[in-house]
Amino acid sequence: MTTLALAKAINEGLRKAMEDDPKVLVMGEDVGKLGGVFRVTDGLQKDFGELRVIDTPLAESGIIGTAIGLALRGYRPVCEIQFDGFVFPAADQIITQLAKMPMRSLGELKLPVVIRIPCGGGIGAVEHHSESPEAYFTHTSGLRVVACSNPADGYSMIQQAIRCDDPVIFFEPKRRYWEKAEVDTAGADWYPFDAAKIVRPGTDLTLIAYGPMVKTCLEAATAAEEDGRSVEVVDLRSLNPLDSALVMESVKRTGRCAVVHEAPVFSGYGAELAARITETCFYRLEAPVLRVGGFSTPYPPSRLEDHYLPDLDRVLDAVDRSFTF
Amino acid sequence: MRIEEQIVGSVHLCIGQEAIPVGACAALDLTRDAVFATYRGHGWALACGTDPVALFSELLGRETGTNGGRAGSAYLSDPDHGFYGENSIVGAGAPIAMGAALAARYDGSGRVALTVFGDGAMNQGAVHEAMNMASAFDLPVVFLVENNRYSELTPIAAMVRRDDLVSRAGPYDMRASRIDGNDVNAVRETISEAVATCRAGQGPVLIEALTQRLVGHYIGDAQVYRPHAEVEQARAKEPIIVLSATLRADGVSEHELAGIETRVRAEVAAAATAALAAPPADPTAVKEHLYG
Repeated sequence: MTTLALAKAINEGLRKAMEDDPKVLVMGEDVGKLGGVFRVTDGLQKDFGELRVIDTPLAESGIIGTAIGLALRGYRPVCEIQFDGFVFPAADQIITQLAKMPMRSLGELKLPVVIRIPCGGGIGAVEHHSESPEAYFTHTSGLRVVACSNPADGYSMIQQAIRCDDPVIFFEPKRRYWEKAEVDTAGADWYPFDAAKIVRPGTDLTLIAYGPMVKTCLEAATAAEEDGRSVEVVDLRSLNPLDSALVMESVKRTGRCAVVHEAPVFSGYGAELAARITETCFYRLEAPVLRVGGFSTPYPPSRLEDHYLPDLDRVLDAVDRSFTF
Repeated sequence: MRIEEQIVGSVHLCIGQEAIPVGACAALDLTRDAVFATYRGHGWALACGTDPVALFSELLGRETGTNGGRAGSAYLSDPDHGFYGENSIVGAGAPIAMGAALAARYDGSGRVALTVFGDGAMNQGAVHEAMNMASAFDLPVVFLVENNRYSELTPIAAMVRRDDLVSRAGPYDMRASRIDGNDVNAVRETISEAVATCRAGQGPVLIEALTQRLVGHYIGDAQVYRPHAEVEQARAKEPIIVLSATLRADGVSEHELAGIETRVRAEVAAAATAALAAPPADPTAVKEHLYG
């Protein structure tokens, strides 16, 4: 076991993947000499060379297109999109090309491309640097969409994403980059990256979260315990495909559920979860599935983001509301 | 077959533009090079070596199609013949081809990627991104513009300041040339030089091939935006007429030319018949291959 911050854990995961497979390449804006603006690729170019760690022009569509071409030729590119909002210029290649080519070639054209996206707010940045664009990609069939929430998962999930033959959108909660935890860098007996995990067991209500909000939900569960409420926290980890079995089992057992994400509530990923849970668990629900998230507005300037982002109080308020039914 | 609704959906034909795929593919080594085309790509697939039965089958949505009937007219691919597919997002193939060319850096294979697109694609940001990165990295890409003078249904001249699109090569410091795209020999020669340049590590290259469609943008396009006389004039300069004249001048007899036409027509008709007899794509398998 080693104590690592999330950014360093992903860095170590990338390093391991590059050591294990010479076909793995890292590419993106400022990922080489600088090591990325969040230093997630720090030292990789020094150790693996400029051919395997490629500084690209500021051209996100070009980055993803290049990665598709590399993948068609047998490589496994890992692209860094510098900030969440910068993925929108790349959306053309991701949605119209990357997601579609494998299925329409009956799987003959495999595209093992990983797109790493530092996501979410909470670091005092601005609009386009603090967004949560996951629903655009979960809505797009053909992509795997995953989000890590802690260093151990960052280390193992990035390696599983790279080994996967499907395109993977890999969300990294940037506000958690500097938070440290124990990581087992020796073992390879990893929890599957497409499976959800109960990170805190409970009996009265299920909080479902992913990425940056998992920690907030864990804190809410601790606070709720003081009110005598046993709150279970599910870290979804994979948004598409969804680990329905684990989610439904949890909600059927607790009878109450709130979904928490930073992204706007309206048409957000939580809407899909609420609908599915209601369809599957209707007769076991004691209350409607509640959603906690950002406002349905453009992301605000940084002085206002604490107001915008869901926090401990907003999650606890949802817990309270669930018990009023 | 489209008019009789045997083929359904949009179909974009390359009638009048055939010399470009035929000449270009003759200059490529399709056991190792890669072609990225557009929705006007049936001719490109055939020139790459795709079996005409598999091509017709794909257009007809048959299980025996290049993509098992899951791609159709505008998206078919045949990587075993170096054909990495059509694309109906204008210009989207350019950055992908650039990535395939980047791969040649690692394996030292000398493989070249050719991406073909229309004049309209020159106004797409993705094409700029690809040309910039390919020239910054000296990548072995041939950017081939089929300039048929219409950006879909509007004259390209109305959409650009300068309609000599080859001039775009300047700022990228790319080698470039503008050629008669209806002359199959000129296309083959020019693309051969471009490929040699790329294999020598001096790519990318931009080629503008001038041509004209003899038919609409898609089947059913009444071409109200286009003077009738223009199409008639184009008909007199279309690639098969140009090549026939060259062959006659080289001493090929009318009898031989007629024989070639008869053989090709029979081959196409037989391929269409075989494809029509093939089983349709299985709708119950429509959700398969989402993930590998």
